[in-house]
Amino acid sequence: MAKKPAKRKKLRILEGSAAIAEIIKTVSPAVVSAYPITPQTHIVEKLAKFKVDGGADYEYVRAESEFAAASIILGAAAAGQRVYSATSSQGLLLMTEVLFNIAGLRLPAVITCANRAISAPINIWNDHADVMAIRDAGWLQFFATDQQEAVDQHLLAYKVAEKLSLPAMVNVDGYILTHALGPVMLPEKKLVKQYLPDYRPAAGTYLDPDRPLTRGAFFGPASYMETRARLHDDLVSAQKIIEKEYRLLRQTLKTPSPVAGFDDGLVAYYGPKNPETILIGLGSMVGTMRETARRRPHIGVLAIKVYRPFPGETIGKIIRRADNVAVLEKAISLGEGGPLYGDLKAALGKNSLNLKNYIVGLGGRDVTEEIIAAIIDDAGRQNEILKFYGQI
Amino acid sequence: MPRNSRHENNKKLNLTAPGSSLKNRTGTWRTARPKTDYRACLACGLCAKICPEGCIIMAAAKSRTGKTPAKARPVTDYAYCKGCGLCAAECPAKAIKMVKDY
Repeated sequence: MAKKPAKRKKLRILEGSAAIAEIIKTVSPAVVSAYPITPQTHIVEKLAKFKVDGGADYEYVRAESEFAAASIILGAAAAGQRVYSATSSQGLLLMTEVLFNIAGLRLPAVITCANRAISAPINIWNDHADVMAIRDAGWLQFFATDQQEAVDQHLLAYKVAEKLSLPAMVNVDGYILTHALGPVMLPEKKLVKQYLPDYRPAAGTYLDPDRPLTRGAFFGPASYMETRARLHDDLVSAQKIIEKEYRLLRQTLKTPSPVAGFDDGLVAYYGPKNPETILIGLGSMVGTMRETARRRPHIGVLAIKVYRPFPGETIGKIIRRADNVAVLEKAISLGEGGPLYGDLKAALGKNSLNLKNYIVGLGGRDVTEEIIAAIIDDAGRQNEILKFYGQI
Repeated sequence: MPRNSRHENNKKLNLTAPGSSLKNRTGTWRTARPKTDYRACLACGLCAKICPEGCIIMAAAKSRTGKTPAKARPVTDYAYCKGCGLCAAECPAKAIKMVKDY
């Protein structure tokens, strides 16, 4: 008998926040706890509404601050439950202490960060200063280039986090992805369940009155260092698992691929084999970079989709074919330079001499095609390494 | 899960069985040790109640005749006493003195 043709799920035009809230509802964590902060608010607002309307089975715990929200999901995760929270900017900074604890306790929490600038001066628009402040906390860091990828990365984040007992953060650009509408295909619940089964940690590995244990007790100088080394090693080796799980995700969910070109879940490359210039970036500006490169056949665009663990080896293989490399960043380590640029320099060693660093789009300033075209021209010239681009 | 890999997994997750804090003998942190003069001690038990580490227990001493009831007296566990000096500060009979422990 002929197989019935698979029903094609229609693309929907959704706000990024709505798409993320929908997929979290499908993933059905046991506990959701969050504190509203712009531009993340729409996500948790929708999750709260699903709960009130009776369409969701998670417990929605209202918190008095982001510190409390992070602590609530820490506790629930330690009790062996799947958890979710979302935050932004100042909220992420207020969570910082708890974020380090979640990683140190090896809890597979998943948080969405709607990336936003950091005060002062107060600014509610998009850049990557917030996540860069906690990049060393021991979390897996995903960066979504569009709304569809944000949906897919949440599933990938849960899968990898629960497999490796590591927390994961999915970064989506505030407003540009959270508030803008885009084409999204939401995978069916059946397929999501197939890819991401219910979370059932082994008995005796979570807090349970029937099986008392201590998690993350006092570790003195004789044992603390080993826990950090283990956490680092596990994060580094997570790259292989992410690649594998990303392949499986593509096969299972059949959501549209974000880019025609090389894409292993860690990085995505679009462009010619031997480009004159490669543009590297994180998050939504990669879309504009690809659009700019579409009319310039000698330009390649490399999106870094997983920033921690840092896929330095894969990046090295791709960019060594280019004459010039422009690293575009929406963040700056003040007094040093772009954090991604620093990581690339360290990972590539003597192969990184052609790298130049462009700080763009801070505090929500548009990163336009004109700016990117000017950067392409500049990347080939002999002049200073670090520049702020797009100043008026 | 086989025994060895379970052990490895617990290590990775920093899991420990109950009672592990007993392995951490905090007595080495001490720079001053409380010394109790049992002739002055009233056996009121205040030191045992206020010790933040729970290091003082009121233990029944044998009476000379071997008959009970014997007067209980505070016994400090120096393996864990951090030498904070709260017992000495609060003793109503001034029976506890802090002496140098290094």
